[in-house]
Amino acid sequence: MTILRPQPPGIPTPRPSVHAEAYWEGCRRHELLYQRCTACGHAGLRAFTVCAGCLATTPAWERSAGSATLYSWTVVWRPPSPAFTVPYAPAIVRLDEGVWMMSAVIGCEPDDLHDAMALTVEFHPASADIVLPYFAPSRP
Amino acid sequence: MAPHPFGQVAIVGVYNTAQARRLPGHDSTSIALAGALGALADAGIAASDVDGVVGPAAAEIAMELGLGPCTRRPSALGIPALLDAAALITTGQCDVVLVAAGGAGIHMDPSSTAPWTRPANELVVGYGLFTAAEFALMARRHMILYGTTSEQMATVAATIRTNGHVNPAAVYYDRGPFAVEDILASRMVADPFHLLDCATTSEGGCAIVLVRAERAGDSPAPLWILGGASDAFGPAYAVAPVWDFRPRADADPAGRVGGRAARRAFAMAGLAPADVDVAELYDPFSFEVIRQLETFGFCDEGEGGPFVEDGNIAPGGRLPVTTDGGTMSFSHPGINAQQLQRVVRAAEQLRGTCPTNQVDGAEVALCSNGGAGALFCDVAILGRERP
Repeated sequence: MTILRPQPPGIPTPRPSVHAEAYWEGCRRHELLYQRCTACGHAGLRAFTVCAGCLATTPAWERSAGSATLYSWTVVWRPPSPAFTVPYAPAIVRLDEGVWMMSAVIGCEPDDLHDAMALTVEFHPASADIVLPYFAPSRP
Repeated sequence: MAPHPFGQVAIVGVYNTAQARRLPGHDSTSIALAGALGALADAGIAASDVDGVVGPAAAEIAMELGLGPCTRRPSALGIPALLDAAALITTGQCDVVLVAAGGAGIHMDPSSTAPWTRPANELVVGYGLFTAAEFALMARRHMILYGTTSEQMATVAATIRTNGHVNPAAVYYDRGPFAVEDILASRMVADPFHLLDCATTSEGGCAIVLVRAERAGDSPAPLWILGGASDAFGPAYAVAPVWDFRPRADADPAGRVGGRAARRAFAMAGLAPADVDVAELYDPFSFEVIRQLETFGFCDEGEGGPFVEDGNIAPGGRLPVTTDGGTMSFSHPGINAQQLQRVVRAAEQLRGTCPTNQVDGAEVALCSNGGAGALFCDVAILGRERP
């Protein structure tokens, strides 16, 4: 039985960009943040300064409840570098707030992964500075 | 009727250098230069006639070949570089333009995937994303939406790899032939992609020479750009590659990237998908070919799997695809040359000079670059008849 797990520290980690600092600070507090346009409600695929929906320049950070469904996934057996432990399951999840995000599924077997699987966010440290949001099967 | 936008531009030289896993003694610039010299020789044009260079090594090539003063455009990728080169001529900036690209000495660490496949962007790096995984996320969604199968993807890989198996110029010449079962039996890389569903890596260069149409008479077999356009949704490998991502309600989804480009290219050409004799589709992963066949209109949405399963893309089929072996077998020398090589092969097909898998009497060839996993896709349609 192979249970998907978070990567141990030592993997390449993100260098937070200026517009996403709040996101990474939220992860350190175990809060999942995303940006929404205060004018039209549009939420993008990443932090933005101009809304792709209405061109307003007033995005605001909101906190997600951390519930999501699985939208797409892969199970990696040959990693891009030896720093990663296989198997792992990069995934696109759709937050209940209607936002897509890149993450990885943990806490189940690769064969358990299925479309629209109910997931809940979990936070795991990747380095001294970076905490990564992962998603695990929701407990009923 | 308005004149065709590319009617003043002829492709008169194309060339691939030797392609190999390693080309000792070369770097990306020197192998691009070798490609440039080959394409000029093929065109029968003196380097001193070149007044424009397009490609990542454009400035270096201008110096090495003593072309200055000349126009240089560092446009990196294959089809956009071709279209930029043609535009330099149609807008009167240049008369003879060289497009050259090459990759060598880049991928030196066998414990990791090729450097160009693993950009370390903020939202993807911590999850171990790389090109195979990014494209797998698009493929998975297509499997969910349309029931596309691993066998159908393997059919693409087996077809293209067997095209390379018979091509003496391919890096993986004489390594086949490949059946669907061979692809499925190879080890898993990023589910649903097995090792043999993925591009290889190698080194090599290539180049193309374009001239103002008045000079085309000097060429025994000038070829013409009938149409071309590019689509992108955003930066590659920086955000989740979401099939259903639509920036606007009326936009194609990201999973159909290249659809708008193909519609524009066909409209420019005054042609329909049924008019295409051979498709040199960019093949970073087996699924991407299925997606492009649908997106470009060769079959209906969701019908790409059955289309390949019915033998349409095989040599002798309705639409032979990636006839030299593509990135899976012919060569995959970095992000620039591998894209331009689809144009080179399309040109060879139209000249009727392919030593293997020549499509008899090919008049119209479509070539493509990119793919949904990278959020961009480019299309060019080439032909024997001046538009």
